[in-house]
Amino acid sequence: MKAYRSLLVVIAALAALPLAVPLLVGAGLFAGPNTFYNLMIFILIITLAAQGWNIAGGYGGQFSFGHAAFFGTGAYVQAVLQTRYGVNAWVALPLAALLGGLVGAAIGTLAFRARLRGSYFALVTLAFAEVFRILANATPITGGAAGTLVPLKIGLGQMQFASSTTFFYLALTFVAAVLLLNRALERSRFGAWLVAVRENEDAARALGVDTLKVKLKAITLSAAITAVAGALYTQKFLYIDANIAYGAWISVEALLAPIVGGIGTVLGPFIGAVALIGLGEAAKTAIHAVFGSAVPGVDLVVYGVLLIVVIAFAPRGLLGLFGKFDLFARFGIFGKRGGR
Amino acid sequence: MLDVRSVTKRFGGLVAVSDVSLTVPEGSITGLIGPNGAGKTTLFTLISGFQVPTAGEVLFRGEDITGRAPERLAVMGIARTFQIVQPFAGLSVAENIAVGAYLRHAGRAEAMARAEAVAAMVGLADLDRPASSLTVAGRKRLELARALATEPQLLLLDEVLAGLNPSEIRDIIPVIRAIRDAGVTILMIEHVMQAVMSLCEHVHVLANGRLIAAGTPAEVVGNPAVVEAYLGHGAAGRLQKGAANG
Ligand SMILES: Nc1ncnc2c1ncn2[C@@H]1O[C@H](COP(=O)(O)OP(=O)(O)O)[C@@H](O)[C@H]1O
Ligand SMILES: [Mg+2]
Repeated sequence: MKAYRSLLVVIAALAALPLAVPLLVGAGLFAGPNTFYNLMIFILIITLAAQGWNIAGGYGGQFSFGHAAFFGTGAYVQAVLQTRYGVNAWVALPLAALLGGLVGAAIGTLAFRARLRGSYFALVTLAFAEVFRILANATPITGGAAGTLVPLKIGLGQMQFASSTTFFYLALTFVAAVLLLNRALERSRFGAWLVAVRENEDAARALGVDTLKVKLKAITLSAAITAVAGALYTQKFLYIDANIAYGAWISVEALLAPIVGGIGTVLGPFIGAVALIGLGEAAKTAIHAVFGSAVPGVDLVVYGVLLIVVIAFAPRGLLGLFGKFDLFARFGIFGKRGGR
Repeated sequence: MLDVRSVTKRFGGLVAVSDVSLTVPEGSITGLIGPNGAGKTTLFTLISGFQVPTAGEVLFRGEDITGRAPERLAVMGIARTFQIVQPFAGLSVAENIAVGAYLRHAGRAEAMARAEAVAAMVGLADLDRPASSLTVAGRKRLELARALATEPQLLLLDEVLAGLNPSEIRDIIPVIRAIRDAGVTILMIEHVMQAVMSLCEHVHVLANGRLIAAGTPAEVVGNPAVVEAYLGHGAAGRLQKGAANG
């Protein structure tokens, strides 16, 4: 249980966050509670997508540039099953995860059987995501270029809530579950083999690790988790189109968050998502205050700067930086990279 | 236990291993020596499944394992070390060994316990430090420990003593003997003749991809063909003359 204690503390703190909302709004940090919740929900959805990426990319060293393929599949399955086939939202969600996982397994089979590694693997995943985006934009079942609108129908059965606090807790539940799953993975045989594959494939094979099988399992799990993030996105915004679902933006967020936060660590994706999206929003607000109007793309500039700063000064991510402080190390709040 | 039958490996025009046959009896420590570039490591990659022979076959306990993948051979009980050590640099010493131990122990507690036992056997301490902080001697021991953690029946050691100083070599020789005494058959590539003389019952000599001699270490060292392979053409004669004159 000791290995999970620090995570439970973090999860409890997040669950208690609504208590702090009046203070944050009172201090003028947010225009109102909903502004805060919308930002937090977005951060949690990105965290979930990034947690998925982190399994194949962070632990397994298989850097995908195309996790949009899985996010988008989850988002579309969630939307299309409800709108076209009348499937219940709660039933659609596990199916979204399943189909996302299958897409991951299929892309993984093609890429890993062809022994693609490093930048070749990254480029192939990127290409798949682009193909999916173009197809989704052109086929009728996804609504084509017009996208798919999920009708607004508030109700627990529809996974649509009057209060954004409820959706916050729904998203937090998934993020928390994956945090715990991640810790269990780190302490399992599969986790040890996955990290071994990242560190040195030949050495892993010599020790009996079926590297192909390990990588396939990892990309499947990775894709399924990122697909759930896509399904939650659909439920939150009730609208998707090809550029949202399969757009490069989500591939970038899913991989930047763990890199910024701490690649191959349990909490890295969340820390990175908070830093990226938090700073991006802050920059938008500041620019708006100064120029009196929005400047599109300013968040991308922030991402770029943050990435450069992190790579230059904290190559192991923000967590690696925190880990240097005794306080965190003593209480083991942040695990180390790899196999604990 | 291991039967290598007329194995050949070509790399384009280069014949790295040429028609090599040898056997490794169960329970033995068998040596494989020869000058640099003789093809010893290549022969190991053929036995351990990292490369497929151009011709010939490899039998393990009578079963044809030619071209079988390394991970499957590890499951069958063949483990190897790498001449150029391949630690999982981002992991601790214990975690490195545990990767091997997980092959036969699915649970974390058993795998970690097994890793600790193996570490103690090869004389590795301070298991929580990163593998990247180990000295050369430490890395060689780690390479040995990881392979051993897979609980092999046949262990292929590729120059585990290279780069060690004489006292480190003296320390590790009994470790290798203890591994054999625990029931593991060993085929070892080695340049350190002191170790070959003290450990191996039988030695095969490879030069330019061909087996040029085999026998007990003493027989092989006295073989003129072997001396010439190491020291150049005519060296054996010169040495003998030198010995007669001096
Ligand atoms: N993958 C490879 N491709 C081409 N040549 C190789 C390859 N591996 C080994 N060789 C060549 O085969 C010969 C034998 O090498 P090696 O087996 O490493 O020798 P040893 O271990 O006896 O020093 C060398 O000439 C080496 O350059
Ligand atoms: Mg060699």
